[in-house]
Amino acid sequence: MNTKKEEQWDLIIKPRAPFFSLNLQELWQYRDLLLLMVKRDVTTVYKQTVLGPLWFFLQPVLTTIIFTIVFSEIAKLPTGKPPAVLFYLSGLIVWNFFSETLLNTSKTFTENAAVFGKVYFPRLIIPLAKTISGFLKFFIQLGLFLLVLSFFHLFRGLPYTFNAALFFLPVLFVFMSLLGLGAGIILSSLTTKYRDLVFLIAFGVQLLMYATPVIIPLADVPDQYLWIMKLNPMTSIIETFRYAFIDAGSFDLLGLSYSAGFALFLLFLGMVIFNRVEKTFIDTV
Amino acid sequence: MSSSQPVIKVEQLSKLYKLGQVSTGTISHDVNRWWAGIRGKEDPYLKIGETNARESQSDSPYVWALKDINFEVQQGEIVGIVGRNGAGKSTLLKLLSRTTAPTQGSIKVKGRIASLLEVGTGFHPDLTGRENVFLNGAILGMTRSEIKKKFDEIVSFSGVERYIDTPVKRYSSGMYVRLAFAVAAHLESEILVIDEILAVGDIEFQKKCMGKMGDVANKEGKTILFVSHNMQAVQKMCTSGLLLKQGLQKTRGSMEKTIQEYLSDASSARSYVEVQNQSDQQDLPGQVLSVQIIDEQGQRIPEISVGKIWSIKVQYQINKALDSFIFAIGLSTELEVPIRTVFTEATKVAPGQYEAVLSYTDIVLSSGRYSIAVGLSNYEKSFAYHADIIQVLISDISELDDERIVKTRASGLILNPLNIYVSKI
Repeated sequence: MNTKKEEQWDLIIKPRAPFFSLNLQELWQYRDLLLLMVKRDVTTVYKQTVLGPLWFFLQPVLTTIIFTIVFSEIAKLPTGKPPAVLFYLSGLIVWNFFSETLLNTSKTFTENAAVFGKVYFPRLIIPLAKTISGFLKFFIQLGLFLLVLSFFHLFRGLPYTFNAALFFLPVLFVFMSLLGLGAGIILSSLTTKYRDLVFLIAFGVQLLMYATPVIIPLADVPDQYLWIMKLNPMTSIIETFRYAFIDAGSFDLLGLSYSAGFALFLLFLGMVIFNRVEKTFIDTV
Repeated sequence: MSSSQPVIKVEQLSKLYKLGQVSTGTISHDVNRWWAGIRGKEDPYLKIGETNARESQSDSPYVWALKDINFEVQQGEIVGIVGRNGAGKSTLLKLLSRTTAPTQGSIKVKGRIASLLEVGTGFHPDLTGRENVFLNGAILGMTRSEIKKKFDEIVSFSGVERYIDTPVKRYSSGMYVRLAFAVAAHLESEILVIDEILAVGDIEFQKKCMGKMGDVANKEGKTILFVSHNMQAVQKMCTSGLLLKQGLQKTRGSMEKTIQEYLSDASSARSYVEVQNQSDQQDLPGQVLSVQIIDEQGQRIPEISVGKIWSIKVQYQINKALDSFIFAIGLSTELEVPIRTVFTEATKVAPGQYEAVLSYTDIVLSSGRYSIAVGLSNYEKSFAYHADIIQVLISDISELDDERIVKTRASGLILNPLNIYVSKI
C-alpha cells in the first residue's frame, strides 16, 4: 500500500522568518543552556577579584552615599518623608536593574558574534540569561535594601509603613524586566547594522536616569517637566516600589498600566525585530 | 527500508552576498526591497547577482556564494564536501548549521543536527573544565542529563582527568583542544556537520579524532557532513562526495568520482602553457613555444597523485643552426628551493620545431606545488629562459600502498622508498 503522505521533517531551514515567531518549545529544549548561561554570568563576573560578591553591594552603597552627600546634603534637594539614604537606595537598585539589563541585552549580537557564527541555538537564550542573572543581582540588592530599611525601623524609629502595594511587587518585577529586555533586544538588533548606537546607548541610559524619580521625588518635579517623567515607563515602577516600602512615591494605577502596556509593546516589537535580525546578522556584523 | 530515506534534503539552495562595505547604501536597498516586497515582486537585487568567479571583473556588488544546490543525504552516509577556496563550502556549512539563513531554497532535516565548525565554542576561560563541558555541551544542543551520562566518557577521552576542576585558562592549548573535541565527539545528535579544522592538536590526537569520527558514523549510524581541503582525509573517511565550484554544484556521487572531478578540474593549476613570444624575438637563435604536464597516457593533467608517473613536455623552435645547444628543465619547490635541474648533452641542432619530454619516473615527490623552469642555451650562453613557466600540483591522494611512504611533506620532499637495514652489533 503506497499511500502518498507528506514527508515528515523535524527542521526546515528557509530564507525568511515569519513576521512573529516565538518558538517556546525550542526554548524549553534549551532550558539547560539558559540555566548554565545564567550560572556563567553570575559566577564569572567577579572571579579573581578580591572582594568577590561584595561588589554586588558596594556599587549601590557607594552610589547612595555619593547621592546623599551631593544631592541631599549639598544641593538640598528634597527627598520627601523617608531618610535620604533609603530614598536613593530604593530608586537606585530598581534603576540599576533596568539600565544594566538594557545595556547587557543590547550587546547580545555584538558580544556573541563569535559563538553565533559557529553554533545555532535559540538566540533569545542570551538576552534571557542576561535578564535573569541581572534579576538575581537585583534580588541580592533588594536584600541589602531590606537590611538597611530594618536598621532604620529598629534603631532610628522609622515608623512601619508597609501597605497593600507590596502585593504589586511581583508585577513590578515582571514589567521592569520586560522593559529592560524589550528595549535591549531592539537595540541589540539595530546595533548589528548601525554601530553608532553602541555609543549612544551607553550614555543615553545614564541621561535617561534624570527622567525618572531616582533623584527627585515625582511630587517635587515642576509641572512643566512632569510630562517627561510620566512618559518614562520606569517612573511609575520606581514610584510604586517606594510607595510600598518607605511611604514615599505614589501609587498610580493609570501610570502602572501605561508602564505595563509600554513593556508589552517593547517586547513584541523587540521579538519581531530580533527574529528578523537573528537569521542573517552574521553576514552584516 | 528506513535507510533509503533521506535525512537531509537540500533544494534550490542559494545564498547571495553583497560585496564591499555593508553600511553604504544599505538603507536605500532595504527600502527598495521592502517596496518590491509589498507589491509582490521579486527582490530586485537577486537578479543581478553573479556566480562567484573571483577572477572575472564585474561591477555588480552582489555575488552568489551558492547557487541552486540540490542534494539528498541518506542516513549513515559520510559525505565529503570538497572544492577549492571560494567554492562555497563555508557558506554551505553556515547554512547547514543555521548560523545564517539562505537567500533562496530550503534545507530539510530529519533528526537533530549539530554543527562543529570550531571546537570549544563558548568555552569560558574562568570556568573549570567540568563547568565548560556542561556549558559547551549545552551550547551544542545536549541536555544536562545527556552530558551527565557521558561525562566520564568525555573526560577519559580527553585525557585531562587531573585538571578537570581547574579553570581552562590554565590549560595548555593541547589540553584545551582535547577537552573541547571530546565534548564534540560525544554529541547525541543524529546528524553532524563537521569542518576539517576540527581535527586539531598533535598528530596522535588527530588520528584519534579521525578514528572517533569514523566510529561515530559506522557504529552509531550517524550521518556526517564533512567539509575539507584535505583530500586524503576525505578519501579515507567519506562514503560519498559533493563537489562545489564557484558556488555551483559540480558533482554529487561516489567519493572516488568526486575526487576525480576535483583533480581534473583544477582551476588554479594549468596543464598547458603557451608562451607568448614577441615578434622581435625572431632574431633570437630559438624560443620556447609551449609547456605541458602530462600523465602516463599522454593526457594533459594539472594535478598528479603522489607516486604517479608524470612528464613535462616542452615544444621549442630553433631559428638557426646551433653548434652547442643545451636544453634544460629545472624543478623547484613553490618557495623556489631547487630540487633538480636536468640538462641535455650539448649537440648540434638544425632549424625547426622540437619536442622534449622529461619523465619523473624515479623521483617520488611529496604533495605540494612545484615550479618548473625551462631554458635554452648555446655555448653555455642562455638565449631563452622561463622561470616558473608552469606549476605542477602533486596531490596527497595516493594510490601507492607502500606502508613506508608517509604521503605528507612531513617526511620530506622526496618520498622514494628507502630501506633501513638494521643488524645487531
